[in-house]
Amino acid sequence: MHELSIAQALLEQVEAAAAKEKSTRVVRVIIAVGALSGVEPEALRSIFPLVAEETVAAGAELVIEQVATRVKCRVCGQESTAGNYFVGCSTCDSKDVELVAGRELNIKSIELEVEER
Amino acid sequence: MCKDCGCGMDTKVHSHGGLVHSHEHPHGHDHAHPHEHSHDQALPVTSETRTVEIQQKILSRNDEQAGRNRAWLKEHGVVAVNLISSPGSGKTYLLERTLEGLRGKVSCAVITGDQRTDNDARRLQGKGAPVRQIETLNSCHLDAEQVGKLLPEVAGDGVKLLFIENVGNLVCPAAFDLGETFKIALLSTTEGEDKPVKYPTLFSTAPVAVLTKMDLVPHLDWNAAACRAHLRQVRPGVFIFELSAKTGLGMEAWLEYLVKLTQ
Repeated sequence: MHELSIAQALLEQVEAAAAKEKSTRVVRVIIAVGALSGVEPEALRSIFPLVAEETVAAGAELVIEQVATRVKCRVCGQESTAGNYFVGCSTCDSKDVELVAGRELNIKSIELEVEER
Repeated sequence: MCKDCGCGMDTKVHSHGGLVHSHEHPHGHDHAHPHEHSHDQALPVTSETRTVEIQQKILSRNDEQAGRNRAWLKEHGVVAVNLISSPGSGKTYLLERTLEGLRGKVSCAVITGDQRTDNDARRLQGKGAPVRQIETLNSCHLDAEQVGKLLPEVAGDGVKLLFIENVGNLVCPAAFDLGETFKIALLSTTEGEDKPVKYPTLFSTAPVAVLTKMDLVPHLDWNAAACRAHLRQVRPGVFIFELSAKTGLGMEAWLEYLVKLTQ
């Protein structure tokens, strides 16, 4: 259940960003989670609201953009999507591939309320 | 004027019942009040919603500490391997035999992680290598900060090879960079040969895999070729050791490899 640590790390960044913007309420948090990141989106989705209780992010919606595993073939140069684990290049079936996406565990943006001046 | 509801009536002719006003004046409330309401409160603050782009790794704080650990290890000439597997795959037993095998050849140290107890540290003591136990309590993995704190005391004194025995877990430890030189995944023959494709996050990040408890193969329906194929499916080019720490099968090649890592 390392999603708890992930949620806490995420909250720290959200709080820092909100403080920088002088915001007291975060409405939405948008993150990217790769298929090979080792993070279960549903677990993160259920634990984030608990971690965010009584913080600036209380009640904020967590939007998780799931990123599929993609590989680039070192033989034919093509990129392909590889499902949950990479089995090789789907164009030429070579196993000599390089991972280009799937390990993401990134915060992308947050939406927050700021006082109008 | 009533200061609570601002209805303009004199206080003596109406009363307030809790949150709901009850006004004892003769007109019903099914029509608009003919008098003006005025409120003393400040106007509500108007706010707007703004989007802030962040584009940062969620675990950036862990990653930064891992970077500092990596720099420390490099500066001190230490190779650090992060051993990850499910509980009971034989990490500690392999380490016991490994420390004995490398004694006098390579200066080793161990950081070992478990949720509770220092049983592993006690098993590994007295084998010529400093050992430190991390009890992670409610956490299912080691993180870079826990390891970084221990580096100077455990690996500062001429140590060449540091084993970091992670918490037994095939999922969570793979997400946390500790600053290690690289990860080694262990898989015992009793766990079944398809674990690499079931837990690709770990097995795709480990350039080296060790198949343990090979002495049990005659008693199991375990297919070595299928296991190797599954490992290569998620990590083409993975370097595979097959050994039994109990019988010594394959241990020579493993020890030789570790010696070479430090040269």
